[in-house]
Amino acid sequence: MSYINKPKFQHPELEENEIGLTRRDYEGTLTTLCGGCGHDSISAAIIQAAAEMSLEPHKVAKISGIGCSSKIPSYFLSKSHGFNSVHGRMPSVATGANLANKELHYVGISGDGDSASIGLGQFCHIVRRRVNMLYIVANNGTYGLTKGQLSATADLGSKTKSGEESLYDNIDMATLAIELGASFVARSFSGDKQQLIPLLQAGLTHKGFAFIDVVSPCVTFNNTDFSTHGYKNTWENYIALSQVDFVPMRREITTSYDAGKEKEITLHDGSVIHLHKTGTNYDPYDKENALHHINEHKKKGEIATGLLYINQSTSDLHELQDTVDKPFNRLNNHDLCPGNEVLRDINETFR
Amino acid sequence: MPELVHSTKVKTIPKVNDFVVKFGNVNGSGSASANNMFAKAIFRMGIPVSPHNIFPSNIQGLPTWYEVRISEDSYLGRREGVDLMVAMNEQTIKEDIDAVIPGGFVLFDSSKSLNKELIRDDVTYLPIPLKDICLKEFDKIAQRQLFKNIVYVGALAAFLNIDFKVLTGLVSDQFRGKEKLILPNIHALELGHQYASENFECPLPLQLKATNKNEGKILIDGNTAVGLGCVYGGATVASWYPLTPSTSVVDAFGKYCNRLRIDPGSGKRKYSIVQAEDELAAIGIAIGAGWNGARAFTASSGPGISLMQEFLGLAYFSEVPVVLFNIQRVGPSTGMPTRTQQGDLLSCAYASHGDTKQVLLFPSTAKECFELSADAFDISDRLQTPVIVMSDLELGMNEQVCDQLVWDDKRLYDKGKVLTAKELEEIEKFGRYQDIDNDGIPYRTLPGTHPNKGSYFTRGSSHDANAAYTEDGNVYAEVMDRIALKFETALNYIPQPEISGIDKNRLGMIYLGTTTSAIQEVLDSLAKKGISLDTLRIKSFPFHENIKEFIDGHDLVYVIEQNRDAQLKSLLKIELNTNEDQVHSILSYNGMLITAQHIEREILKSMPTLEATKDVPA
Repeated sequence: MSYINKPKFQHPELEENEIGLTRRDYEGTLTTLCGGCGHDSISAAIIQAAAEMSLEPHKVAKISGIGCSSKIPSYFLSKSHGFNSVHGRMPSVATGANLANKELHYVGISGDGDSASIGLGQFCHIVRRRVNMLYIVANNGTYGLTKGQLSATADLGSKTKSGEESLYDNIDMATLAIELGASFVARSFSGDKQQLIPLLQAGLTHKGFAFIDVVSPCVTFNNTDFSTHGYKNTWENYIALSQVDFVPMRREITTSYDAGKEKEITLHDGSVIHLHKTGTNYDPYDKENALHHINEHKKKGEIATGLLYINQSTSDLHELQDTVDKPFNRLNNHDLCPGNEVLRDINETFR
Repeated sequence: MPELVHSTKVKTIPKVNDFVVKFGNVNGSGSASANNMFAKAIFRMGIPVSPHNIFPSNIQGLPTWYEVRISEDSYLGRREGVDLMVAMNEQTIKEDIDAVIPGGFVLFDSSKSLNKELIRDDVTYLPIPLKDICLKEFDKIAQRQLFKNIVYVGALAAFLNIDFKVLTGLVSDQFRGKEKLILPNIHALELGHQYASENFECPLPLQLKATNKNEGKILIDGNTAVGLGCVYGGATVASWYPLTPSTSVVDAFGKYCNRLRIDPGSGKRKYSIVQAEDELAAIGIAIGAGWNGARAFTASSGPGISLMQEFLGLAYFSEVPVVLFNIQRVGPSTGMPTRTQQGDLLSCAYASHGDTKQVLLFPSTAKECFELSADAFDISDRLQTPVIVMSDLELGMNEQVCDQLVWDDKRLYDKGKVLTAKELEEIEKFGRYQDIDNDGIPYRTLPGTHPNKGSYFTRGSSHDANAAYTEDGNVYAEVMDRIALKFETALNYIPQPEISGIDKNRLGMIYLGTTTSAIQEVLDSLAKKGISLDTLRIKSFPFHENIKEFIDGHDLVYVIEQNRDAQLKSLLKIELNTNEDQVHSILSYNGMLITAQHIEREILKSMPTLEATKDVPA
């Protein structure tokens, strides 16, 4: 836990991105999470992902619920507006914010308590509504702020630091999201930036509801050898179904990829996701197959990661509702008020 | 010639344009549109009319009533006692006939003879073989059932002297586009009219006489007016969860948006309606949209409002505009979902945990539902806090005669203190919760406004003037005090009470919302007894200081409200420190709209003690 202000010092030779910003411009306030918390790695990955993509920070809105995870939005992109709402209700706030202005990037940050327990209903329904956003669950299998109770994502038989064993089947947020119709579903590990960063970039670019379940160990309460959400277990049982690279639209593709690269996914704005061969014949377009693979690995005690599922042919909430191009929050009197003459006609229908 | 059962004991006093007709029906039998046609015909004859739908929480089978008060004096509240009962429901026929005042009338379906125990000797029966007529005249089973209702409306036209042309005009309006239905409906009306004319002395001593009292008036329900108010007030996001009696608010909003909010060029929608998974999500969506600068609302009732409490606290403390319509119904818990009450005053005034206060608006007519709904968005944006419009089932779901709706085309939306990119350029440092103008209202920014300035972190946890998290108790208290100041400023933006006079009389009345419908009748009736009262109608909360002055300016003030616990009286005590001895509660909480007769009885009942202690003029 830090209690000092973040120094403003900046290395003079920090590299600038395409819009002239350095990595520092994407940072947030100093973290107040525990040293070694997986969540801080997520913040760092988001910072790097956004900087590399040359995302305009003020065009991002960060929304969270309550819990350790929901503090994360403070620690990245301080030039973005943030909204730390109420426990389990980030999805509704994000839905409303998105309806008000379709032109921003929406990043929802939640945790396993926030999204798999108190907010499970809201999670399910934001997936159904296909809100165009990136929804990240920082998943540590425990309630950190209340000191280590089991969460609904803790695997059956998993034990907390105090020795409490999970007696119930867990909720797998990724398979749930796939089943409910999310059009981009990935899983990653806070400790694997190489995988997480391109997934974040792809998720931010994807049009529609993008979900990333990030295993993010709680070093204080759930990092024992008996925990399936600790560093040890995750490193040992971590299976990447695909290796991911992300190439933003604006950047000329200079990187040369291995000949063995298996799939190239072009996103709506021209950005490209490269999926590299991993030995499995994994097809992220096939919903049934994705669910099958994830479950098969789970049976073996393994955590399937990478881009699990993508579907680029769905519409987002605004398209489903056929809303005007101009954001609602910029519509004025002239756009919205029908005026007194129309009201006179309406009066006639009530006589 | 049918068997006529005449009133023997009591002579009917002739009444013109001043009586109550009540229909006892079975829910789902198609009576609603027929009964509505009856009320609307009277409206079109220029006579003030107020229909009250008394319906069950049920789709089909349970009893439902439609009570129509006709009053040339424009007393549009409910009146006790029924002059003419249309008794169509065998489940309730006993109590329905009992409700008729001596000298009144009972219209019933005489296809089956009336049980002897239902025969009173002080009312007149109007037997009409509705089922037999329909069986003979119509082939389709559905028509045989539905047209019974239309036939009795036709008979009532003869009994009460309704202009038949008005009825046929209504049928034509109602079935515009479905012309095939017009003729059979008119035929059914004629059948009833003909039967009544041929078999009874028509019209009855209860008569309607066309007048011109409804010029410039419309007949509209409060929820429709709210929906329209939201369209005119610039709402673009409506999120909701279906709940009686609030459902028709969003229905109306959707209906009018579909006509008025389609972009002519692209055909796309300038609005969004989200039917949420529950009321928590409904208000969460509205708050998210409000935070991001769109005008958003949700509509609900007691159980839903209870679920929204946590979010209301968030919006209060993080200062996010949002408009909530509470169409109150009878609580606690599920209560009586289809009956009316003013039972949420306290739970809404201080909604959510901790020190909170919410802005409440109290419409009393459908016209005010329209006006205050549109105003609510300005007030909420200006004050950056939730505004709860407190309607109720009576106002929301019943049509009533009110002045036609008017919109001032010069009016611009007041979006409050929202900084533009240019304004942000000009200020040195932006602090979201700084009180620059010393009015308690800070400046806000919307996401995406400026690349380097104006971003902040909205949170329900304690924060300082720059929106940064703090656990410094003094800083927290400063923010809370500043928000309290904002609620003093609120008094400049929310509607003043409507006051008839202070010191004119020694007695006064305070009331709000639908209670208003009974007040003029009470005043006129008491004036005939030599008692006069001043009135104060509350239109908003927090309370203006002149409410306290009104109370202090009278020996005794009756606080009239529709709940058990005298919530308005408590609220006055908490907020204005009113003197207990100066206020006297008049309460009604049986789920039905309070009547003038009840209020008058309660006032008169309090008189002996008053006379003894305060020497009130007789």
